[in-house]
Amino acid sequence: MGKVFKYGDDVNTDVLFPGKYTYTVSEPAEMAQHALEDLDPEFAKKVQPGDVIVAGKNFGCGSSREQAVLAPKYCGVAAVIAESFARIFYRNCINSGLPALALPDAARALESGDTAEVDFAAGVVRTSKGDFTFPPFPAEVTAILEAGGLIEYLRDKYAKK
Amino acid sequence: MGKTFSEKVFSLKAGREVHAGEIVTLEPDFILSHDNSAAILKKLPSIGVTKLKYPDRAVIVLDHVTPAADNKHAANHKAIREFVAAQGITHFYDVGRGVCHQIMVEDGYAYPGRLILGSDSHTPTAGAVGAFAAGVGRTETAGVWVSGGLWLLCPETMRLELAGAFKPWVSAKDLALAIIRRIGADGALYLAVEFAGEATASLDMSDRMVLCNLSAEMGAKNGYFPPDAVAAEFLNEPNGKHAALLSDPDAKYIAKHSFDLGALDAMVAAPHTVDNVKPVGEYKGKRIDQALIGTCTNGRIEDIRTAAKVLAGKHAAPSVRLLIFPASMKVYRQAIDEGLVAPLVDAGAVWMNPGCGPCLGAHEGALAPGEVCLSTANRNFKGRMGDPNSEIYLASPATVAASAIAGEIVSPKEYF
Ligand code: SF4
Repeated sequence: MGKVFKYGDDVNTDVLFPGKYTYTVSEPAEMAQHALEDLDPEFAKKVQPGDVIVAGKNFGCGSSREQAVLAPKYCGVAAVIAESFARIFYRNCINSGLPALALPDAARALESGDTAEVDFAAGVVRTSKGDFTFPPFPAEVTAILEAGGLIEYLRDKYAKK
Repeated sequence: MGKTFSEKVFSLKAGREVHAGEIVTLEPDFILSHDNSAAILKKLPSIGVTKLKYPDRAVIVLDHVTPAADNKHAANHKAIREFVAAQGITHFYDVGRGVCHQIMVEDGYAYPGRLILGSDSHTPTAGAVGAFAAGVGRTETAGVWVSGGLWLLCPETMRLELAGAFKPWVSAKDLALAIIRRIGADGALYLAVEFAGEATASLDMSDRMVLCNLSAEMGAKNGYFPPDAVAAEFLNEPNGKHAALLSDPDAKYIAKHSFDLGALDAMVAAPHTVDNVKPVGEYKGKRIDQALIGTCTNGRIEDIRTAAKVLAGKHAAPSVRLLIFPASMKVYRQAIDEGLVAPLVDAGAVWMNPGCGPCLGAHEGALAPGEVCLSTANRNFKGRMGDPNSEIYLASPATVAASAIAGEIVSPKEYF
């Protein structure tokens, strides 16, 4: 089980990964150090692989920068659960192989200090506050997540040709 | 049941009936990217493909940190120029030509019924002429470059009914902020936003671009103005040569809201979210250090005319740095032709090069701790324009110009 890091509504991409680094920081390890920097300066120090970010509405609003997804992914975050996601952020999560789950009940119930684990095959999030089920992803999305991201999916596709 | 504009574009592109809620893979007419092309092109080797499938569908505009602020940005720009040459990409705009979303409309890439994707969240701006235009991520852009297509969810549609006429000092920017105030920064999450109602006929292309640009701040996938006589004139196709795709009268809308333009006052979005909006009077007296007129939201000739109307013969307060960034070189050139540059220079304005300027905090007017910027841009997130302890307020060009004179936020009413 991973630890839950809980945040509020309208968490934007500027606080997930500050704009000033977007064109200068591109190494995964360095990117991970700046994850959520302007939201929770302690996050990058405390997070462990398998931990889960939980947030309110409109998570990831703001710019289309993928570092806002990659930085927490490189920290080892296993999934992001929110009441709802900003559209481009949601897309970026899928295409980067970071599972994003819009689960309002789970997002409201969970707090920092809880524990959570996502079982994609079973379609359930198991947590210290109980189990939350979710419907399976559409086929095209599943194929991308299973490949580990859009790049990997396309690589497999073109390698097969 | 009739179909929405989105369903029609998706069906046309997919070659079969597509309904809202379905995911399909579609090939866009154009795929836009900017300085981030440097990061996108680095993804190609990891996909194992070296050539773009359709080089003539890529539009690349250097606008974000232009001219290069330092050696890292310069190296990125250089890599993009080399890539453009190697791939034979013809739709390339080097530094100073303008902000990418302005170019998309100005140079005719945006067209009724076209599908446009862009690696930037304000790509929906192109919906002003009746295109379906949505922002996507960098990896997705690399995917479109190599495969030509991308998975897309056909959105449900929210209809915004506009009636009435603006008071003289109120503009499309104030309307956009009022809409975001009412529906929230997530009010149109995943949705297409369609502008409708009798008042649309009175909104020019610049107004429409403001509203479609800010649809991104409503959480929308795209904003859309049905092409009409205004669009036909803008496209210089008075006979309606463009085959407009319009929503059917009995199309299904997931939500509807109505706005009376005549009831609106000038609006201001306060830090640090775009839906933190109140009428300008609520912020009266808020001291400002920098006044910014420009960006893809409000850097068009209409905006510069408004600034000149307010500022000509007056002077910005000594404590205010007034920066003007034309949205494109064509806009800049027109401002010169119309005699708008000199009066604004005399009013204390600094004319900057066409481009994004300090909108994303990288250069050309970044903010120090504790500083306040009143900007015509579209985002006021914490730290976006520089220091995390700076503040960004968003308003119309009229409000920014009037406030620059006062040195604090004021209503532009007395100038109209
Ligand atoms: S002007 Fe600002 S919002 Fe517009 S494209 Fe440039 S950085 Fe983005």
